[in-house]
Amino acid sequence: MKILVPIKRVVDYNVKVRVRRDGGGVETAGVKMSMNPFDEIAVEEALRLREKGVASEILTVSIGVPQAADTLRTALAMGADRAILVQSEESPEPLAVAKILKILVDREKPDLVILGKQAIDDDMNATGQMLAGLLDWPQATFASRVEKTADGLAVTREVDGGSETLALALPAIVTADLRLNEPRYAALPNIMKARKKPLETIAATDLGIDLTRRLAILSMAEPPARKAGIKVGSVAELVEKLRNEAKVI
Amino acid sequence: MTALVLLDAEDGTIPQTSRSAIAAAASLGDIDVLVTGGPDTIAAAAASAAKIPGIRKVRTASGEAFAHGLAEPLAALLVALAPDYDHIVAAATAIGKSTLPRAAALLDVQVIPDVMEIRDSQTFVRPVFAGNVLVTLRSSDAKKLLTIRTASFDPVAAEGGAAPIEALTPPDGQQKSRFVSAEHSSTERPQLEAARVIVSGGRGLQSAEGFKILEPLADRLGAAIGASRVAVDSGFVPNDYQVGQTGKIVAPDLYIACGISGAIQHLAGMKDSKVIVAINKDEEAPIFQVADYGLVGDLFQIVPALTAALG
Ligand SMILES: Cc1cc2nc3c(=O)[nH]c(=O)nc-3n(C[C@H](O)[C@H](O)[C@H](O)COP(=O)(O)OP(=O)(O)OC[C@H]3O[C@@H](n4cnc5c(N)ncnc54)[C@H](O)[C@@H]3O)c2cc1C
Ligand SMILES: Cc1cc2nc3c(=O)[nH]c(=O)nc-3n(C[C@H](O)[C@H](O)[C@H](O)COP(=O)(O)OP(=O)(O)OC[C@H]3O[C@@H](n4cnc5c(N)ncnc54)[C@H](O)[C@@H]3O)c2cc1C
Repeated sequence: MKILVPIKRVVDYNVKVRVRRDGGGVETAGVKMSMNPFDEIAVEEALRLREKGVASEILTVSIGVPQAADTLRTALAMGADRAILVQSEESPEPLAVAKILKILVDREKPDLVILGKQAIDDDMNATGQMLAGLLDWPQATFASRVEKTADGLAVTREVDGGSETLALALPAIVTADLRLNEPRYAALPNIMKARKKPLETIAATDLGIDLTRRLAILSMAEPPARKAGIKVGSVAELVEKLRNEAKVI
Repeated sequence: MTALVLLDAEDGTIPQTSRSAIAAAASLGDIDVLVTGGPDTIAAAAASAAKIPGIRKVRTASGEAFAHGLAEPLAALLVALAPDYDHIVAAATAIGKSTLPRAAALLDVQVIPDVMEIRDSQTFVRPVFAGNVLVTLRSSDAKKLLTIRTASFDPVAAEGGAAPIEALTPPDGQQKSRFVSAEHSSTERPQLEAARVIVSGGRGLQSAEGFKILEPLADRLGAAIGASRVAVDSGFVPNDYQVGQTGKIVAPDLYIACGISGAIQHLAGMKDSKVIVAINKDEEAPIFQVADYGLVGDLFQIVPALTAALG
């Protein structure tokens, strides 16, 4: 089985972002960038499927600025076989990303695409589902367990009231949730080896897809900060405040 | 203008989250709702939906394909109904989040997830970067597909209306994934998204056994129980208890955080709560920066004392 894992370069999850003075975007100068944490989980799952003998080849792809190549090298160091960078000036919207991924799927013919459930910058939680729609493939979002069965996959998903298991025929789309696995770190020798693994670069503009944004950003702002309240000295004082000041109990 | 709101009605009832989605759509013109489900739940679900005030009509689709809220048949149905509507709306629940992007791609529309505010028919506010930034977007798509951050909209009433019900014939051949089984965490408590009070626990609870210390307090307050990611990852409580950027987004009147440090990702899910109480033994914990009332100390002493003090 061949697996495709799309990965996104995002502002590191430890960074508290700030809106630029002009309100046109967020401050990214000097900010630490990393692989989207859900995509690390997606890469890890693909590696585990290969270690179980289910998968034979793992291809990873990122769409974005030239520095996204670093993110791809991280995936290669974790163990992916091959990478494609689709270079564009910024990260396109999920619909355009899904259209680009569809072209790569048509070309590379993977049996399974594992994406992160959401990118932690834009929090859209959309790309996997959109790709599944464009390909007319079955989808299992928010996966916490993926198992190969005789005729496809059994995927356990985290849903509102607990979890549920779906059966999917291949080819299929899976999006990774937090508890699918704990991703490995790339060991130093593997980071060296990853430099020699194939990384192909394609220009997004060569794919013939309209990347025009459908959602124009009118403004960006930080929400009003919550002001810290007070420390109370005892349980009795807390109860008194909740009853008589906040009036919530 | 006309909007279609997809309701989460698979168990035969209409949850509060769906009524919040209807409230959000109220400024978008006439509202039809779409109710789907298996053959044995659809009648009850449709009857409940018809009682919601302000609905023009209830449209229903039933069949085995719709019994479990699978995204493929639901998205195909939305695409078939799309010509009648300017906006298609759903609560940002597991079903809404799985289905609307798929339908949007099929309609060549960029979905707009987690809408917190509707400025006008094409302008929407949504959170990015774990809620640290709010972005105002204008969609240039002819049709708009939105999911709604339900904590941002007070639900419409459950009763008072009498909308007509119309049964649809859904497009067939769209069942791609197959439902196998479900494990629902059973609880008598209110749902997190609907609760007026939430008692939430983190790593500080130490174990599944330790976490039980929150139960008498939640019982006393009629509260739902929530958790941090660490508490869920460590197996103290099931996954659907997780509050945060990548869990549930809540805004109760009172949120009591016990043994939770207050990471950005956790705050993203609860900082719109009206009153926040933090109980933590570390007086430097970031949770105190958002808490209205902080109590520094050992939760294993404070929580039982608080329960007792509430009598
Ligand atoms: C700093 C910043 C500035 C922005 N500026 C603008 C702007 O000026 N105008 C505007 O209209 N929009 C802007 N955007 C929006 C942005 O470009 C896209 O809309 C957004 O990045 C896509 O949503 P998502 O990544 O949250 O997708 P999700 O659907 O949450 O991503 C889910 C999964 O899809 C895959 N995936 C997603 N994107 C990629 C990718 N590029 N390559 C490979 N795999 C991917 C990954 O597996 C990921 O885990 C900006 C965003 C940011 C963060
Ligand atoms: C991609 C991504 C997504 C994430 N999504 C989420 C999410 O949706 N929700 C979420 O919650 N987290 C999320 N996280 C994790 C988040 O970053 C934090 O790791 C997590 O919230 C910490 O949980 P905690 O507060 O329970 O644990 P800790 O940070 O370890 O805090 C435990 C606290 O308990 C206190 N404590 C310990 N013992 C006692 C005692 N006896 N009495 C009183 N206080 C005590 C300590 O002082 C400490 O402050 C995400 C992380 C990533 C990378």
